[in-house]
Amino acid sequence: MGLNVQMALKKNVLIIRLKGELDQSSVTNLKYRVSEIIDKYHIKNLVINMQEVAFMDSSGIGFIIGRYSQIKKRKGHIVICSMNEMVQRIFNLSGLKKICFVTKNEIEAEERLEIA
Amino acid sequence: MKNYMKVSFSAKVENVVFTRTVALGFLVNLDLEIGILNEIKTAISEAITNAIVHGYQNDETKTVDLIMYYDDTKITMEVIDYGIGIENIEKAKTPLFSSKVEEERAGLGFTIMDVFSDELIVESELGKMTKVVMVKNYHESREH
Repeated sequence: MGLNVQMALKKNVLIIRLKGELDQSSVTNLKYRVSEIIDKYHIKNLVINMQEVAFMDSSGIGFIIGRYSQIKKRKGHIVICSMNEMVQRIFNLSGLKKICFVTKNEIEAEERLEIA
Repeated sequence: MKNYMKVSFSAKVENVVFTRTVALGFLVNLDLEIGILNEIKTAISEAITNAIVHGYQNDETKTVDLIMYYDDTKITMEVIDYGIGIENIEKAKTPLFSSKVEEERAGLGFTIMDVFSDELIVESELGKMTKVVMVKNYHESREH
C-alpha cells in the first residue's frame, strides 16, 4: 500500500495530505521530505491531513513530535485534521493533544491558523 | 478451531507491512470485527518495529520470528528477536520513554501493545533475545 504524500503551501502554512500507511518504513522517507521543505521555506505552521491514512502506529506519532520540535523554534503550530477512529486512538495515547490542535477537517484547520 | 503459524523474515522495516498482511491473512477464518483486527495489526506492527529497530539496531542480516496461534477464545502473537535484549523491561515499558529519541521514536510502542492486547508478557535475556507475547481475547462476530 505504501504512503502517498501531497503537499501544498498556503501563506506560511505547509499542508500535508497523507494517503496510505504510516509506519517506521514510510515515515523515514516522509520525515526527510517534509523537514527539508520546512527548512527551505521557513515554514512556521503545519496542517497534517490524516483523512486517507488507513493505518498508523507509533512511528506516526514520532513523525509529528519531530516536526513539532522543528517548528517550535519559530513558535509555530501543528494542526492535525480528519483523523479516523483508529488514528485518533493512537493519537490520544500519545499526549500530543497538549502540543497540537485537532480539527475535524482541513477547512477548520485553516480557520484555526487564520489562513482560510 | 485451533491454528498455528510461524514466519521468519529479514529485520528490515520494509517487512513490517508484510507482517501486518500475514497476520490478517492468518486470522481471516475467524471473521473478526474490523476494530479487533486493527488492534492486532497495530500491536504487531509495534512489536516487530521494536525487534528491528531496538533488538537488532537495524541490522538487516538478522531474522525476526512471528508466531501466531489461536483457539476458540484467544489469539496469541509472539514476536522474537535474537538481538541485544532489554536491560530494564519496566523502564522500556514506561510511556514516552525511548532510547532513540534522536531518531524520532515516540516511546509509545509498549503502551500501544499493552492497551491493544489483553495480556502482554515481555521476556528478555541481555545480549541474547527478546520475546514479546501478546494475547487477545475474542468472540466470533458471526455464527457458523
